[in-house]
Amino acid sequence: MSLRQQVLVLYLKSSALDTEVAAWATYDGTGHTRHMAGDTDTPPYRTGLGALKDGWRLIQASSLQPHAAGDEFRTSYLKYEFFFEKLIETDAPASENTDE
Amino acid sequence: MSEPELLNTRQMAQFAARGFLRFDGAVPAELNQGFLDDIGRAGKHAGGHASEDSNENEPANIEELYPRIMASSTIPVVPAGTPFCKTYPADSALGRILALPILSGAIRSLVGENCVFDHHFLHIAFPPNALSKPPRSQNTHQDSTIDPRRAFDIQILYYPHAVTSNMGGTRFVPGTHLRIVSEAAIARYQNMVGQQHVVCAAGTLLIMHHGLWHGGGANTSQALRYMFKIRLCPTAPQIRLWDTSDLDEEPAQRPIFWLDHEPDPQSVQTILTTPEPWQEADTGRLEYLNRIRFWRYLIDDESFDADYWLTRVENEPV
Repeated sequence: MSLRQQVLVLYLKSSALDTEVAAWATYDGTGHTRHMAGDTDTPPYRTGLGALKDGWRLIQASSLQPHAAGDEFRTSYLKYEFFFEKLIETDAPASENTDE
Repeated sequence: MSEPELLNTRQMAQFAARGFLRFDGAVPAELNQGFLDDIGRAGKHAGGHASEDSNENEPANIEELYPRIMASSTIPVVPAGTPFCKTYPADSALGRILALPILSGAIRSLVGENCVFDHHFLHIAFPPNALSKPPRSQNTHQDSTIDPRRAFDIQILYYPHAVTSNMGGTRFVPGTHLRIVSEAAIARYQNMVGQQHVVCAAGTLLIMHHGLWHGGGANTSQALRYMFKIRLCPTAPQIRLWDTSDLDEEPAQRPIFWLDHEPDPQSVQTILTTPEPWQEADTGRLEYLNRIRFWRYLIDDESFDADYWLTRVENEPV
């Protein structure tokens, strides 16, 4: 048996973990599921806290950065990015699949 | 040639706020079929419709199809910067499509009648039986490069056949067009609340601001999916190019938040301050500011505001 990582990225509507999900991404290191852009229109959880309650471990949160002086109104990348992981035991061998 | 049907003020405000306009089934069936014939008759694979001349035993694959189309179609090879009026022969399928009043009017309203051609491309999404591995969607991106301009290009996406939900029609995120990002840097945003997937009738046109976030879907149907895209650039400031006969030149300030009635949903102020479901609590408000600044450019009036959003932060009494 070996461990594989599943990664969930949630973009929330504010810096608080218990606010609503605006965008998301999922990556499955076990290979059991395959995710891609546009594969679902419904967020996996309503808030970031919902992911914690479902066993996801928060491993990274974006820091609050001041807006650049003179450019305070510019919008760019989504600001509130949270990375979660689950470690899954699997008996699948290490993949030599070079398609990914 | 029929006169162009210019956009009205409400349509322009929608474009300013959401970054796109959509015209369902705007291209007549005869022209759609003419275009499909022009690109070399891919036979029964084209949108699921059979062609009388098709060889049903002939496989469609990437290596064969594009060279065939390039050799047989009348889609011109055109240098960037060519005046748009000189890009497509008038009697070609594309020439006739682009001359449709609804499309020529939209082009004139957004990038002006003297716009120039940037590039075009025939996008083809192959079904699983034509690929060596399962189909994947295209990551979300903003076209070309990071682009902080106020002036804007448009991209016309033409769907010559009906697009069903399993064909992986263009996915796009309304209202993202004013965000300054670097092309595929946003690939990490697999899904966003409020994203749309094009499912449409044949002859549908999607006109996008060059900054709109989008990506191609995965085609899991049995048919090839075609989409033809043209990028056009302005050559003059994009000021009041549409039919401004319905533009309120002196819109009054209106009450904010504490209201005794619903605001007029058709007013420019309401359109510019309608949120998108993916927007963050704080930057969603910055989107309003940027939309209003965009609108000020379009009407050439720095005094315009919607619900005091810019007036509030520009207030420096002396």
